[in-house]
Amino acid sequence: MEFVLLIFLPILAAFFIPTLYKRIRGIHTGWFVLLVPVLLFAYYMSFIRTTMDGGHAVSELQWIPSLGISFVSYIDGLSLLFSLLITGIGALVVLYSIFYLDKNKEKLGNFYVYLLLFMSAMLGVVQSDNVISLYLFWELTSISSFLLIGYWFTLDRSRFGALKSMMITVFGGLMMLGGFILLGIMGGTFSIRELIAGSSTFVGHEFFILALVLILLGAFTKSAQFPFYIWLPDAMEAPTPVSAYLHSATMVKAGLYLVARFTPIFAASEVWIWLVTGIGLLTLFWGSLFAVKQTDLKAILAFSTVSQLGLIMSLLGAGAITFHANEAIFSFAMFAAIFHLINHATFKGSLFMIAGIVDHETGTRDIRKLGGLMSIMPVSFTVAFIGSMSMAGLPPFNGFLSKEMFLQSMLAIRHFELFNFATWGVIFPVIAWVASVFTFIYSFYFVFKTFAGKRNDAPLPLQPHEAPAGMLISPVILATLVVVIFFIPNVVGKWLVKPAVMAIQPYQYGHPSEIAVHVSAWHGFASPELWMTVGIIIIGGLLYLSLSKWQKVYDVQPEYLSLNSFYDSTMNFSEKGMNRLSRIYMTGLIRTYLLYIFAFISVTTIAVLFIQDAFVVDMDSFSKVSAYGVINAIILLLAVAFVLLSKTRLGAIISLGAVGYSVALFFVIFKAPDLALTQLVIETVSVALFLLAFQHLPKLSDHGEKKSNKLVNAIIALGIGVTVTLVALSSHSQKLVASISQYYKDTVATEAGGGNIVNVILVDYRGFDTLFEIAVLAIAGIGVLGMIKLRLARKENPDENK
Amino acid sequence: MKTNDVILQTTTKVVFFIIFLFSIHIFFAGHYTPGGGFVGGLLTTGAIVLLLLAFDLKTVQKALPFNFTIMTGIGLLLALGTAAGAIFFNVPFFTHAFDYFTLPLFGETSLHTAMVFDAGVFLVVVGSAITIIQSIGGDS
Repeated sequence: MEFVLLIFLPILAAFFIPTLYKRIRGIHTGWFVLLVPVLLFAYYMSFIRTTMDGGHAVSELQWIPSLGISFVSYIDGLSLLFSLLITGIGALVVLYSIFYLDKNKEKLGNFYVYLLLFMSAMLGVVQSDNVISLYLFWELTSISSFLLIGYWFTLDRSRFGALKSMMITVFGGLMMLGGFILLGIMGGTFSIRELIAGSSTFVGHEFFILALVLILLGAFTKSAQFPFYIWLPDAMEAPTPVSAYLHSATMVKAGLYLVARFTPIFAASEVWIWLVTGIGLLTLFWGSLFAVKQTDLKAILAFSTVSQLGLIMSLLGAGAITFHANEAIFSFAMFAAIFHLINHATFKGSLFMIAGIVDHETGTRDIRKLGGLMSIMPVSFTVAFIGSMSMAGLPPFNGFLSKEMFLQSMLAIRHFELFNFATWGVIFPVIAWVASVFTFIYSFYFVFKTFAGKRNDAPLPLQPHEAPAGMLISPVILATLVVVIFFIPNVVGKWLVKPAVMAIQPYQYGHPSEIAVHVSAWHGFASPELWMTVGIIIIGGLLYLSLSKWQKVYDVQPEYLSLNSFYDSTMNFSEKGMNRLSRIYMTGLIRTYLLYIFAFISVTTIAVLFIQDAFVVDMDSFSKVSAYGVINAIILLLAVAFVLLSKTRLGAIISLGAVGYSVALFFVIFKAPDLALTQLVIETVSVALFLLAFQHLPKLSDHGEKKSNKLVNAIIALGIGVTVTLVALSSHSQKLVASISQYYKDTVATEAGGGNIVNVILVDYRGFDTLFEIAVLAIAGIGVLGMIKLRLARKENPDENK
Repeated sequence: MKTNDVILQTTTKVVFFIIFLFSIHIFFAGHYTPGGGFVGGLLTTGAIVLLLLAFDLKTVQKALPFNFTIMTGIGLLLALGTAAGAIFFNVPFFTHAFDYFTLPLFGETSLHTAMVFDAGVFLVVVGSAITIIQSIGGDS
């Protein structure tokens, strides 16, 4: 089966959602949607056997073969892992959303259409082998994310968050497209596999570093790395199922996927290793530091997601070291990255769902108002506890295993001898350790401030109670996985992680079984990671207990120095500044715009004529002037003069009609019946239109124009007249290429089955022109209708967002 | 003062049909002799404009109870559909097809997909021109 088509299955399903939602109100639309990810998940599971053997599957659908652009679904260990995450977590999130979103109050039709659109886009990103179609799907994820964040579009915060996320991720996406095109130039292909195969020649190419930085910009904006992470906290305005799905488990990991996918190409570069590892660690530290400051449950999770994404990013960077030093101590990093990616999806997904449940059942997400919910919501508490402890890196949960491997990899960086790592490498484990301490603190902060302690005296907006069973299914499944993975890490490693690692490091491994990583919870007392973890627990525990004393430290940073205020002022400046700039020349008078257009046309055309020395007059090729022609020309000139001198608009309109008719007569004289006919009818209709509109126009003498303006007008009018005359004369006198008319004469009957060349040109030879022209005509008609029917107020609010 | 336009109205009632039929003729003739969808559409528009001049907007709307905005849409779809239809026959976008048939009454006739496209052009021209005229004219 052509499984590339399966990428489009969710979009296809999306077409039926609005009908299902409208027709079948009794059943929650989510139940129908649920089928899609479940089926896809089951189908993609069947690929595990192939990828476990180090194999891959390819399915191709041509799109624009002439440009080398196609839809290629390339499933190897890495793509498969992501596809399973997308469909698996997708299924759980849809199930959760069925209970989260009320079928009577919410616009489920919109919600599920966007969600399915996202699912297709995301599958496309992780399976595309062609970078151009990858880019297409990449931007589609940004757009669907925009729509989902803005789902409650009546709220200001939602619209703001949606716009912010789109601005930042689309900016990154465009940078990435630039990088892809540079790669395409270097490799002569858009296929990732072929690029990887030819990548050895890229190093040292003048575009190499530029392409690297551009692609990393795409990855960093999408994966919310420092300093682009600022969109993620604002994206939390989306409904919680969306936050759990897009903004923690899948979309934000697209950047990680991209880094992993391009590791074989860029790992040779020092810049890559430094940037990916460095920015990753910085993000890890920054995110964990600021997570403790937050008071909104989802904001805490947002910052923790930022921080965890940084952690995985730094591991991907550290994993690239193996390209240069193939030693056992470095081989953990890539395994740890993929392993933690899976673990993060499980524990963070469940935590988001719990945050949603708390919000749903108590009516608030403000951690200062919450507390003591443990006895009321025991199941939610248990799930939150498991998730948080895993996030903090404690046994017996999967986060412990990957956290240990993370520390181990960071310690190993010290032993890397190239690229100044020998001197600076020691910073990495230190930052990693400090960030882990803060991770520990916010994990405890999240779960215990919400569920433990005393109930707050102030009543909550809603009477809290345990969530309905259906809503708990998904988080409980995820929490179960958190525990199960701790006990069978090597099974997960063999099925999912190692095939993915092999896909990232094809230069090193020929088969997944060659990856000699064995995960174990206990490494003996001598292992430094153990003591680092113990340190984290002790210091983190102490800091958590004294949290109320030092949390105020965060207020020291003034708001105007934050990245958010930088973003706000940039946006504000560009909006206002551009408005001011365009006001200078946009007067709102068509007359002014026509002046710009005509002045520009005549200046450029005359300049080109003279620079290229293109002005030629060949008197011999002129036709003879007949008496009719002379008379007609005199009439034409008289009519034009009358247009200019007429005191009333009515007179001007009628004489303009006369101008048109005499032009039509010229067409008759020169034997162009089609043109003459069209010109005649056009003239009739446009005079009628003019007569209709002219009663709305101001009086002719009311222009308020000065004498000097009239002089400028006269110069420009003269200029355009001279331009047209010169162009007409020279184009008649010389032909740069042979005329196409002979071709038309030869083929009009045989190829096009017609007799009238003019009409055949319109409908066949140059049918595209006609198609677009009638489209423009239709748009103009609808535009006039809209302008007149809506009658927008002249001075509307310049800021359309308010 | 009420203008007496009996002559105009009476003539219009006849002339409208002449122009309209001529526009249909020109539309069909287009592929071999001067004419085509664009001119045909404009001529029909001209005929309707004449009606508007002789009578008022409401009378004309009652006499021709079409939604001209929708007519524009249908025209666009027709044109785009003809162009896109080629894809299903595995030939490039916008490839026309034609053949000669012997039809009763007409004798040997050429049938051409370009005519369907041209019909789309015709409808768009009439639809948008009348939409514009109606909305400007109906605006007080």
